[in-house]
Amino acid sequence: MARILKKEQWSENIFSMLIEARDVAKAAKQGQFIILITKEHGERVPLTIADSSVDEGWVQIVFQVVGKSTLELSRMNEGEELFSFVGPLGMASEVEKFPGKVIMIGGGIGIAPIHPIARKLKEMGNYVVSIIGAKTKELLIMEDKIQEASSEVIVATDDGSKGKKGFVNVVLEEYLAKEAENVSKIWAIGPPIMMKACTISAGKFNKPIIVSLNPIMVDGTGMCGACRVTVGGETKFACVDGPEFDGALVDFDELMARQRQYVELERKALELYKAKEGIA
Amino acid sequence: MAERLRPAEKFKRDRVPMREQDPKERIKNFDEVPYGYSLEEAIAEAQRCLQCKPPSCVEGCPAEVHIPEFIDKIIDEDIEGAFKEIKLTNALPAVCGRVCPQEEQCEGACIMLKKGKPIAIGRLERFVADWARERGLTDEPPKEKKQKRVAIVGSGPAGLACAADLANLGYDVTIFEALHKPGGVLVYGIPEFRLPKAIVQYEVDQIKRLGVKIFTDYVIGYIKTVDELVEEYDAVFLANGAGAPSFLHIPGENLNGVYSASEFLTRSNLMRAFDFPEYDTPIKVGKRVVVIGGGNVAMDAVRTAKRLGAEEAIIVYRRSRAEMPARAEEIEHAEAEGIQFELLTNPVRVLGDENGNVKGLECVRMKLGEPDESGRRRPIPIEGSNFVMDVDNVIIAIGQNANPIVARSATGVKTNKWGYFIADEQTGKTTHPKVWAGGDIVTGAATVILAVGAGKKAARSIHETLSQE
Repeated sequence: MARILKKEQWSENIFSMLIEARDVAKAAKQGQFIILITKEHGERVPLTIADSSVDEGWVQIVFQVVGKSTLELSRMNEGEELFSFVGPLGMASEVEKFPGKVIMIGGGIGIAPIHPIARKLKEMGNYVVSIIGAKTKELLIMEDKIQEASSEVIVATDDGSKGKKGFVNVVLEEYLAKEAENVSKIWAIGPPIMMKACTISAGKFNKPIIVSLNPIMVDGTGMCGACRVTVGGETKFACVDGPEFDGALVDFDELMARQRQYVELERKALELYKAKEGIA
Repeated sequence: MAERLRPAEKFKRDRVPMREQDPKERIKNFDEVPYGYSLEEAIAEAQRCLQCKPPSCVEGCPAEVHIPEFIDKIIDEDIEGAFKEIKLTNALPAVCGRVCPQEEQCEGACIMLKKGKPIAIGRLERFVADWARERGLTDEPPKEKKQKRVAIVGSGPAGLACAADLANLGYDVTIFEALHKPGGVLVYGIPEFRLPKAIVQYEVDQIKRLGVKIFTDYVIGYIKTVDELVEEYDAVFLANGAGAPSFLHIPGENLNGVYSASEFLTRSNLMRAFDFPEYDTPIKVGKRVVVIGGGNVAMDAVRTAKRLGAEEAIIVYRRSRAEMPARAEEIEHAEAEGIQFELLTNPVRVLGDENGNVKGLECVRMKLGEPDESGRRRPIPIEGSNFVMDVDNVIIAIGQNANPIVARSATGVKTNKWGYFIADEQTGKTTHPKVWAGGDIVTGAATVILAVGAGKKAARSIHETLSQE
């Protein structure tokens, strides 16, 4: 179980893996996530599902190397087994046939989790406009799959190396300035700062926006409360009440502060691991 | 073989004390606190048993352990026989011998309690179980297998006890566990210094030897629904635990440095954050740590905080010492380890610094009023008594709510207004004819031994029902 069937390196720090997990693939719905542990000593790492195949029995994860656990994961190879792989977790995205267009915004590796939601929405007959953005064209991922899952795709890069130059929230605002009356729903997934900016942009046009939150988690099943977020003035557990929430109600500043909780310890763990493994 | 004492001699003798790690040393490690009896100590304690007929101690034991019988075998130095006697009814003797509140169970019903020195049944059970484990004694799977299949949700004490009894009767039993290790609260909740994880693992392995299959990383409610289990199995036992931490709903509760006891203990126990960076899960413990609550979980959390390096680890509890729900033994252990107690004190808000980290806890002093519905005197705030404690961490250990994941996938299994399954106290039967439930997801947070008892009752009822089909 949980064998790495396929591993691809998409950029210096972005990897994709297909993990053998037949039952998870069968149950997975758009917007849900998994938690994995690399090896026995590992921590529980939540990752949103990028794709899955019931026939072939795999779940795709896409991750960026940011700390020890993701670095260790990136160094595991095809054929190796993960110590633990559990899912699907969290509530599925609430999808339906919306009256107008639906905008899907993916920033950085946040492009991966919008893929299954966009695909599902398109299957249901929605007109899906995907706005995908990255720092630079080398970091732009899954463009082909997003094309397939969308009716229209707008690409943006911070440095203008591909598509429009600028942040996705600016592209969103430009789009809404022309098309606001035809847009009935927006999803935005990416770093909290990007989701916050998109929420502000959507708010200017009074458009509902769903965001997928990625706070620190431990069990991921509502048991510990590590992932608590403030939504509409109430404490929610992102793992079981979310991960998706109405962006307009989310306290993004608190989310960002909570994500920084262990930065020094995480840095220390990364340095020790690099020294031990002889990684520059 | 040791001699049988005359009753007068039995009354004269005192309980054999249990040796334990020096408090000054043990606050620096996670090793178990009590050392356990030696053979000589166990025999001396066993000799004091009156061998009552009928034995009142057994009535106090939800695991129905054959107490006088196993104790008598200790006197004969037949420890293997004693072990087999215990194992007839209890699959988790090393666990129960350590974490049961014996003073409320078997020892609370012991006739010798009248003399103020009940037989140390828990210590004897622990001795026998450890003796057997050290010698690698194993259980034998039943010879006859039944064709009926039972699914159990959760591998905590209720699920394990139910699984063992049904497996011994020959049923084909499968347990589904949400976490990556089996044991439930025994592995994520109770600290190593009170219940070493290797011991839990050993008793779980014994249950596997009976033929029980355990799927870890399998969250019923997501990967499969209870409805699907009902289709696939002849009976389903829901023992998923309470599983959702309560918070105080006071300002500042989401500041960095505030933990639920569940998170704090899960990081340390299940994820072994105490061994960071050997293990990858971090935990942050400052110089001054406050734990809010007065139960066993609060004691576990505060003693863990001390071991993780807190210079001061403090219990804040809104009632007085007399109302604290924690076991006397746990409170005494905590006191010996230098834990401070701010009693009749209630938190009002958590104060943070500019980076979102905890820096203080504002509290108010309380006084006790008239008894409330729980029979305990109700704490009332004393106006104008607010004060601020400088603290680095706040750990909230005020109880659990019902986790809804399993329940919302179980059509026809009714819950009460708090989200706990409605189940018959004697049989564990729910409102669905193929579904039983027991443990904390029925009663709300309780003890390991009550969960074991619920698992056994459900096993008996499932057997009765499936035998009639």
